[in-house]
Amino acid sequence: MQDHKGFPVSITLTAPPMPQPQRQSGTGQAQPPTRGPLISAQLADRLFAWLARSAALLTLASLLGILISLLVGAWPSISTYGLGFLTSSAWDPVQNDYGGLVMIYGTLATSLIALVIAVPVSFGIALFLTELSPAWLKRPLGTAIELLAAVPSIVYGMWGLMVFGPILATWVQQPLQALLSGVPYLGALVSGPPVGIGILSAGIILAIMIIPFIASVMRDVFEVTPALLKESAYGLGATTWEVIWKVVLPYTKAGVLGGVMLGLGRALGETMAVTFVIGNMNQLNSLSVFEAANSITSALANEFAEAGEGLHQASLIYLGLVLFFITFVVLSASKLLLARLQKAEGARA
Amino acid sequence: MNAATTSQKLLSRAALDQARGRRYAARKRVNQVALTLSLAAMAFGVFWLVWILWETLRLGLSGLSLSLFTEMTPPPNEAGGLANALYGSFMMVLLATFVGTPVGILAGIYLAEYGRRGWLAPATRFVNDILLSAPSIVIGLFVYTVVVLRFKSFSGWAGVVALALIVVPVVIRTTENMLLLVPASLREAAYALGTPKWKVITLVTLRAARAGVITGVLLAVARIAGETAPLLFTALNNQFWSGDLSKPMASLPVTIFKFAMSPYENWQQLAWAAVFLITVAVLALNILARVLTRQK
Repeated sequence: MQDHKGFPVSITLTAPPMPQPQRQSGTGQAQPPTRGPLISAQLADRLFAWLARSAALLTLASLLGILISLLVGAWPSISTYGLGFLTSSAWDPVQNDYGGLVMIYGTLATSLIALVIAVPVSFGIALFLTELSPAWLKRPLGTAIELLAAVPSIVYGMWGLMVFGPILATWVQQPLQALLSGVPYLGALVSGPPVGIGILSAGIILAIMIIPFIASVMRDVFEVTPALLKESAYGLGATTWEVIWKVVLPYTKAGVLGGVMLGLGRALGETMAVTFVIGNMNQLNSLSVFEAANSITSALANEFAEAGEGLHQASLIYLGLVLFFITFVVLSASKLLLARLQKAEGARA
Repeated sequence: MNAATTSQKLLSRAALDQARGRRYAARKRVNQVALTLSLAAMAFGVFWLVWILWETLRLGLSGLSLSLFTEMTPPPNEAGGLANALYGSFMMVLLATFVGTPVGILAGIYLAEYGRRGWLAPATRFVNDILLSAPSIVIGLFVYTVVVLRFKSFSGWAGVVALALIVVPVVIRTTENMLLLVPASLREAAYALGTPKWKVITLVTLRAARAGVITGVLLAVARIAGETAPLLFTALNNQFWSGDLSKPMASLPVTIFKFAMSPYENWQQLAWAAVFLITVAVLALNILARVLTRQK
C-alpha cells in the first residue's frame, strides 16, 4: 500500500510493477497492448478512490453544516439573550420576548422519566434474552423487540394520544391523585388535571420507544462476555443472577452505560411521540408530572412553520441548537463508552 | 475433655451448615425473584408491541377503503382519501433514496476499503454514528435554513434533501459492516489476477455484500417512510394534488400529524388509516430486510 498524493493507491495490488521485468529483459512485446488499459485503470482507480473519499468528507461536512447553519440562524437570538436564554422562562411571541427554560425542562424531565422506566426493563429483557430464554425463543423475541424500534414515532404518538392517554388517566392518574392528594411534596407532584396528557405520559411513551434501543445494545454487550468467565462463576456455585450481577455487568459496564446513553440521546431528540402527548403548554408554575408542558422538539414542531422571521424564529433555532448540543454530547459519550468495551475485548482476544 | 471439644465441634459444624443452608436458600430466593422480574420485563416489552399493533389494526382496518387511494385529503367533515399524501410520500421517499444511497454506499466503501489509516475514516465513523441517532427535527431545521430560506418557499425538494440526509448514515453503517464481512481471501484472489482496486470493490466485494447492502437501503427506506419531524418545515403540507416538487408537498406522516390533532371525526379516521398503511409498510420492509440477510 502506498499513499500517493493522499489517495491510498495500492501499488502491490494494481499492475504497474508487472511490466518492469519484461522491459529489462528487452522483449517489450507485452507493453503496447497493456499500457493503454493500465493507465486508464489507474485513472479509474484514482477517480473511484476520490469519489469514495468525497462521500466520506460529505458526511463530515453535513455535521459541520448543521452546526454552522444553526449558529447563523440562531444568531439574532444568541446576540440578544446570550446564555440567559437558557434560564429564562419567558416565551411570549406577542411581546417578542423569549427564553428556553420551559422547553429545556420539559425535554429533560420527559427523558429522565423515560430512563427511569426503560433502564431496568431493558436490563431485564437483555437478561432474559441472554441467559433465560430457550434457544428457539431467542430469535423471535429478539426480532419482536427490534420491530418495536422500527415502528415510526408518529404511530406511538397517535396511539399515545388516542388510546394510551385516556387509559393512563382513568387507571393510573386518578387513583394516584386520590391516594396522594394530602401528602406533602408527593401530592404536588401529581396535582393538575388527570387527562392523560403531560410530562408523565410523554415520559412513559418515550420509555416504550427507547426500550428496544437500550435492550438490544445490552443484549449485544452481554453476549460479548467470555463464556469462560461465566462458566467459572457457575462452577463456583453462583446463581444465574449472581453471574449476571457480579460477573457480566462489571465486565460490560462501559457498554451498558453506552447503551443507556444511546437511549437517552434518542429520548432527548424524539419529536412526534412527545408532541402528541405533552400538551404543548408553556408553563412552569407547577412541577406536577400530570401537567401539560412543552419540550424543545414539540415547540419546534408546533411553532416553527408559523413563526415569523426574526427573533421568534431565531429563538426556536436557538432551542434546536441547544438540543443538538445536548444530544451531541450524550451520543458522543455513548459512542466512546461502547468503543472502550470493544477495545477491551480486542485486547483480551 | 477430648469428648467435649468434639461435641462442640459437631455442634458448631451443624450450626454452620444450618447458616449455610439459610444463606443458600436466600441466594436462591434472590435469584428466583430476579429471574421472574426479568421474565416480566420481557413480557412488558412484547406487550406494548402487541398492544400498539392491535390498536393500529383495529382502528386502521375500519377506515380502509379504495377511496383512500383515489381521493384527495378532504376538508373537515367531508369524505375523502389520502391520494395526494400517498403520492407525496412516495415521491419524496423514492427520490431521497436515490440521492442518499449512492453517497452512503460510496462513503461506506471508503470506510471499509480505503480507511485503514489516517484521520478521515475514524472521524467519519464517529460523526456518522452521531448523525444516525441525531434528532431528525434538527435536520429539518438545517434544511430549512439552507434550502427553504434560500429559495423562499417550502418545497418537495427540501423534503427530499432532509430525508436523504437521514438515508445516508443508515446506508453507510450497513455498507461498511457488510463489506467488512467479505473474506479478505476474495479480495486477494481478485488482486492476484491483476484487477484494479475499483473493479475489485465494485465487481467482487460489493457484489458479495449485495444482500447486506440492499438490506441497509430497505432499512433506510423504512426509516424515512415514517419520518415526520424533518418534513414539517421543509415540505410542509398540501391539501391538494401536486406533482410539482418545487411547491409544498403533502406526505403521509405530516397528514397524520395534522389530522390526528384535529377534533374532526373523519380526519381522525383517515389518520388511523394512514397510520395503518405506514405501520404495515415499515414492518414489511423490516421483515423483508431480515429475511434477505438471513438467507446470506
